[in-house]
Amino acid sequence: MKIRFIDAEAPPASRILENLAAGHGDHPLDRYLKKGRIPHIWCSGCGNGILLTAFVKAMEKGNFDTKKTVVVSGIGCIGRAAGYLDLDTYHTTHGRAIPFATGLKLANPKLNVVVISGDGDLFAIGGNHFIHAARRNVDITLICSNNFNYGMTGGQGGPTTPLESKTTTTPYGCSEHPFNLVYLAKASGAVYVARWTALHTHELRDSIIHSVNKPGFCFVEAITPCPTAHGRRNKLGDGLSMMKSYRDNSVLTTELDPEDTAIGLKGKIAVGEFVNIDKPTFMDMYDECAICRANAPKKSKKS
Amino acid sequence: MPLDAGRREIVLGKVNIISHRCKGCRYCIEFCPSNTLAESEDFNEKGYHPPYVKSDAKCVNCNYCETICPEFAIFVTELEPRNLLSEDVVKTQSRARRRTRRE
Amino acid sequence: MSSKAVRTGAHFMSGDEACAEGGMAAGCSFFAGYPITPATEVAERMSIRLPQVGGVYIQMEDEIASMAAIIGASCAGAKAMTSTSGPGFSLMMENIGLAAMMEVPCVVVNIQRGGPSTGLPTLVGQQDVMQCRWGSHGDYEVIALSPESPQEAFELTIEAFNLSEKYRTPVVLLSDEVVGHMTEKVIIPDSKKIKTLSRKLPKKKPENFIPYAHEEDDVPPMAIAGEGYHVHATGLTHDELGYPAINADAQERLVQRLIRKIRNHAEEIIRTEDAFLDDAEIIVVSYGCSARAAREVVETARASGMKIGMIRLITLWPFCEKKIAELAALERVKKFVVCEINAGQIAYEVERCAGGKAETILAGFMGGRIFTPEELYRVVREAAE
Repeated sequence: MKIRFIDAEAPPASRILENLAAGHGDHPLDRYLKKGRIPHIWCSGCGNGILLTAFVKAMEKGNFDTKKTVVVSGIGCIGRAAGYLDLDTYHTTHGRAIPFATGLKLANPKLNVVVISGDGDLFAIGGNHFIHAARRNVDITLICSNNFNYGMTGGQGGPTTPLESKTTTTPYGCSEHPFNLVYLAKASGAVYVARWTALHTHELRDSIIHSVNKPGFCFVEAITPCPTAHGRRNKLGDGLSMMKSYRDNSVLTTELDPEDTAIGLKGKIAVGEFVNIDKPTFMDMYDECAICRANAPKKSKKS
Repeated sequence: MPLDAGRREIVLGKVNIISHRCKGCRYCIEFCPSNTLAESEDFNEKGYHPPYVKSDAKCVNCNYCETICPEFAIFVTELEPRNLLSEDVVKTQSRARRRTRRE
Repeated sequence: MSSKAVRTGAHFMSGDEACAEGGMAAGCSFFAGYPITPATEVAERMSIRLPQVGGVYIQMEDEIASMAAIIGASCAGAKAMTSTSGPGFSLMMENIGLAAMMEVPCVVVNIQRGGPSTGLPTLVGQQDVMQCRWGSHGDYEVIALSPESPQEAFELTIEAFNLSEKYRTPVVLLSDEVVGHMTEKVIIPDSKKIKTLSRKLPKKKPENFIPYAHEEDDVPPMAIAGEGYHVHATGLTHDELGYPAINADAQERLVQRLIRKIRNHAEEIIRTEDAFLDDAEIIVVSYGCSARAAREVVETARASGMKIGMIRLITLWPFCEKKIAELAALERVKKFVVCEINAGQIAYEVERCAGGKAETILAGFMGGRIFTPEELYRVVREAAE
């Protein structure tokens, strides 16, 4: 067979690099973002941008080593977050950010590996990876942007969609019970679990700093408004009204059992740090159990 | 005026707005604790109404607009601190009243 | 010289264990897998061997995660591999596509068993050949090698690592249950005599580095995580900078290059073992465990005066198109007899390349055992008549 593909010529390197810097640096936080990547793809009022800002602020305040910090994301609106950060970033397949990050971290334990992804990606298609990474206590940080639906594909129901909530695939109201992510993370073995809304920017930032510095599997849930899909279908108003409802309904608590922190379509949202314990990480145990024993001097048979 | 006003400095900020990046979510306007910003009538190139700094505004450099902005479109720079003036004192009656004994 | 990674000497080991030793000798330092018959012994051997050299063995929650983990590890600079069999191979398809798209070197060992579905966990098949080529969605090229003995399993695992590093692509070692569980003498050479390759690293400074820039050989240097290059890698169609570019131009440039980088080097990659092709009228084409029976038959038929030759495919993909086409074009070459344990997979390739100039006959069956020389001999005799 003779193959004749349509001509496709790559632009010269000089042209690829030019224009990238246009407008870059107008904002002081631009130095943490890749050149030529702003504006991002998210809708007006989307909480993902606030979460990205919180992460960037955490990089600034927490003085993260940008050479050693790696961000891995899955698929969905927030999956694009990785591509904006001026770090080594990987945008993987749907639901697979956690095992990808596990590989990165174990192959080079000096890296600070952060997964930023959404509720559908991490808890539906990637749910199994989540519970196992938490069980193993792999030293990665997980930041979940929870907007209660699949925004990228137009607002379908998912594992966190509250009962009775309307989405494009639950037009009569969601009949499935949702996950309570805080409770799930605690039960799976995470060493740090926090939940904040997009309004709690400083708390989010500080939780991210704490998680990145803390050894073990840390989980930060950020409740983010999705006015375009979830808010609109459930008559929650625009982004501003959703944010105001977070202001009015968030309850800061340290005493509540994670079991009692489920989120409904309306009503109170428990926020705060729910778990903060210490436990050996996967690598700690692997070093102790496997590497040390495999390389221990052999005991002679005649002793 | 507080009696030690002459010895107090106050922190002021300057709000910088990158209008073309704004997507008009109004978060900065609504959640600014010192009510510094308002929505402009003009459109930016994306068709949104970006915020502007009100003429009588007094930004206290809290940076909240910067952290709440999803678009990296607003940031605050710190101005030279200056002495407390009489117009800096909030004239409206404070809502934080003394607790009554009933509580 | 023997070292912790290279166990120089003569060993008596199975094909699966030889795969693991091949990985160790190639410099593998990360293995993620999930138990599955008949590939479990690869993982078991790795769980013993990797800690000895400070490498990481991890048993993941499934094959999807295993594949994702080795891609992640490879992005962090490790040489990484996984092993599986048919059902797990199906699960890995998603992320094999990711490795092809992100151009991440990694090695997948598939010890084939009979299918479809759970099929024959403990018995042989060669039914994953086409899945290996086309299994992940979209257009991509893959490299697949097929060993016929534990010794070759050792050697080809090293070769698989070298090819994956050279071309920044996933490479499949497509073995089978018989070769995997067959225990034979395996000679591991002196570590100095083992040729290993590592991926091209960027020479430019981070600010001038374009991660997917056009290169002479279509294989761009790979910046690994933690070196300050701040690269972005995505499974989305991306431009030369690695940023998502959802448009026809970027798709054309990227996917054409992904295909070109293997097709243009096909002749360097392809390896076959040929016998008696100089005067052959009938040519037996086989690979893996089937090639062992085929060789016996060809030698017997030769001894009885039949003008028969043989091609053993060491590289299954890319397929040796040119060789088959050239042979088919010869006046004397009448028939190809393809021996494989499936309902016709490589046979379709041979038929395609022969282009009607020579007849293609499939000697196949559905698996569970290997060919007996008698069965194959009957097929060859019929072909000769």
